[in-house]
Amino acid sequence: MTTLSASPAVSAAGRLLRDRRLPVVVTLALFLVMYAWGGYRYSFDAQVAPNLLVNNCYLVVAAVGATFVILTGGIDLSIGSVIGFSGMLLAQLVVVEHVPLAVASLIVLFVGTLGGALMGCMIHFYKVQPFIATLTGLFLFRGLSLVLSKQAISINEPTVSNLAQYHIPLGGDVFLSVGAAVALLTVLVAVVVLHFSRFGRRVYAVGGSEQSALLMGLPVARTKITVYAVSGFCSALAGLVFVLYIQSGDPLHGVGMELDAIAAVVIGGTLLTGGTGYVLGSLLGVLVLGLIKTIISDEGTLSSWWIKIFTGVLLLLFILLQRVIGARGSARS
Amino acid sequence: MSRVVRHHLFWPAAILIALLLFNLPFTPNFFAIHVRNGHLYGSLVSILIFGTPLILVALGMTLVIATGGIDLSVGAVMAIAGALACWYISRQPDQNSVGAVLIAVALALAACVLLGLWNGFLVARIGVQPIIATLVLMVAGRGIAQLITGGFIITVLSKPYATIGGYAFTAPTGVFIVTLAVVAMLALTRRTALGLLVESVGGNSEASRLAGVRARRIKIMVYIFCALLAGIAGLMNSSNLSDADANHAGLWIELDAILAVVIGGTPLTGGRFSIGGSVLGALILQTLKTTIFTIGIPSQANMVFEAAVVIIVCLIQSPDFRRRLMAPFRSAPPPPAPAAVSTQEPVEVSS
Repeated sequence: MTTLSASPAVSAAGRLLRDRRLPVVVTLALFLVMYAWGGYRYSFDAQVAPNLLVNNCYLVVAAVGATFVILTGGIDLSIGSVIGFSGMLLAQLVVVEHVPLAVASLIVLFVGTLGGALMGCMIHFYKVQPFIATLTGLFLFRGLSLVLSKQAISINEPTVSNLAQYHIPLGGDVFLSVGAAVALLTVLVAVVVLHFSRFGRRVYAVGGSEQSALLMGLPVARTKITVYAVSGFCSALAGLVFVLYIQSGDPLHGVGMELDAIAAVVIGGTLLTGGTGYVLGSLLGVLVLGLIKTIISDEGTLSSWWIKIFTGVLLLLFILLQRVIGARGSARS
Repeated sequence: MSRVVRHHLFWPAAILIALLLFNLPFTPNFFAIHVRNGHLYGSLVSILIFGTPLILVALGMTLVIATGGIDLSVGAVMAIAGALACWYISRQPDQNSVGAVLIAVALALAACVLLGLWNGFLVARIGVQPIIATLVLMVAGRGIAQLITGGFIITVLSKPYATIGGYAFTAPTGVFIVTLAVVAMLALTRRTALGLLVESVGGNSEASRLAGVRARRIKIMVYIFCALLAGIAGLMNSSNLSDADANHAGLWIELDAILAVVIGGTPLTGGRFSIGGSVLGALILQTLKTTIFTIGIPSQANMVFEAAVVIIVCLIQSPDFRRRLMAPFRSAPPPPAPAAVSTQEPVEVSS
């Protein structure tokens, strides 16, 4: 598309601004600059970079799911609630009902996927706006986790604590946790699915223009519902990873996490109108958000609310950048 | 009859009445209103008292949504308004001074106008998607409110300030404020061309700009108006509790407000709005919350019940759902569905 519209007269700078990969590159550059500055100021050790993944692995998984939905031009507000509910359900199944851990995990993943698919059906078949449909999902899953138990349930399974404490060595004293490995694997699978499968193409097509996708004969209904199911699955998986990180289920876990996930996707350069964006960008978005937290806690004198203010400022910078790049979009239409 | 059913306020009003009547078997004196200590008391009055901040926020949200936008920052704006007012009052030697309270209120509302201007500037001038533009303030705004309160809950002991969220002339002050807001909005939008302009901007911003409507100015105005109403709601909330809690004031009210607007029949796509519908929508949500308490549903099941009712309400409002539900009872063939509604998947074309 871009190659077709670019004439030889267009300058190199213009071509650069037209490149859809630019936001991701900018996020990467920002991450590297922040990391270099932080490393210089607080003398980061080698474990800081892997720790960004270790401490935010659940958010990476959730952001991958959010990327699928946002690429189709939808939105999923139920992510945080599904994360909280998955943790509670796992804790309830394993601790109270004594279900084997593997079976319980599968049940959790199934319930999350089913919840997402049902929201997708509401959105597609009954034309309920995604914002509202997933908002009811937010209430429903938060409510269900409170129904399961009002108190936190700690999981004392030896398998869980072994998994949680298992370190994957990366050479030297550097390591990754199991959760971080799962997060990386999720990103990898998502990249393959989005860029090398028919389903991935359909996701981009539906996000670009649903009407055109329909006229082209693409199965829009199936794609839209699957996308919400994928998001539900990723949220449930993020919930499981979060359990590994915290080792308990709490009905209030993951409150507001959907906003972190959406912010990460936006910082990663995906447009909320759909059709443009990369999963790798979302991964970088999460890492940038994680780096802000690390730097502010290393600073020590800054209070926690500065995290919120900086996140807001960063979001602002990125949307302004997207506007500069997006000027080509408005010029074309 | 069919004209009544087809009126845009029919479904919201029917749902509200059904919810209110549903309470009657559980609390026989649900509709009773009596005067105690010169104040009105009763279940209906408490629905109004607790519902007024939500109604105000929903009213502002209605206009924003009518222009095709959305404002996620209203909760943060509420927190900032309460924090600023309480911060100013708590620094005065005499907290009961009416002048100081008026200055505090003016200060808070002026800040809200600025915040609204900021949202409007991002949306109308820079051209950022509304959901993202206001997400910035939603995330950063709570940080700013915590910055003002220094991370503490500021408590104030001020009689004039407490009036805002309390009682005036035996009725809740909020009722007067909401009535004033509704009358002003109806007068401005339905008696002048302003409402039409707002709807035209929401219907097609570019087309209305080409037709000579100052689309940008209209958009900035609705965001300022929304933030202003959110600020008033924040003052009422903080005055009712006599404190400013930057973390919890107005938390998630944006979701309730958007839900209220949608239940009231204003589509999120913009181009159409119903002020009466939004008031009804907010009252439905508040009545639902009160109902959950009065009929004795265990508190942990609150949200499940709320979600279930909201899902049912959304589905009833969906024309596609109603058509499918009524299909077996209808003798005449249903009207042909538009092409885009087709639910049958087309034959897959191999790529």
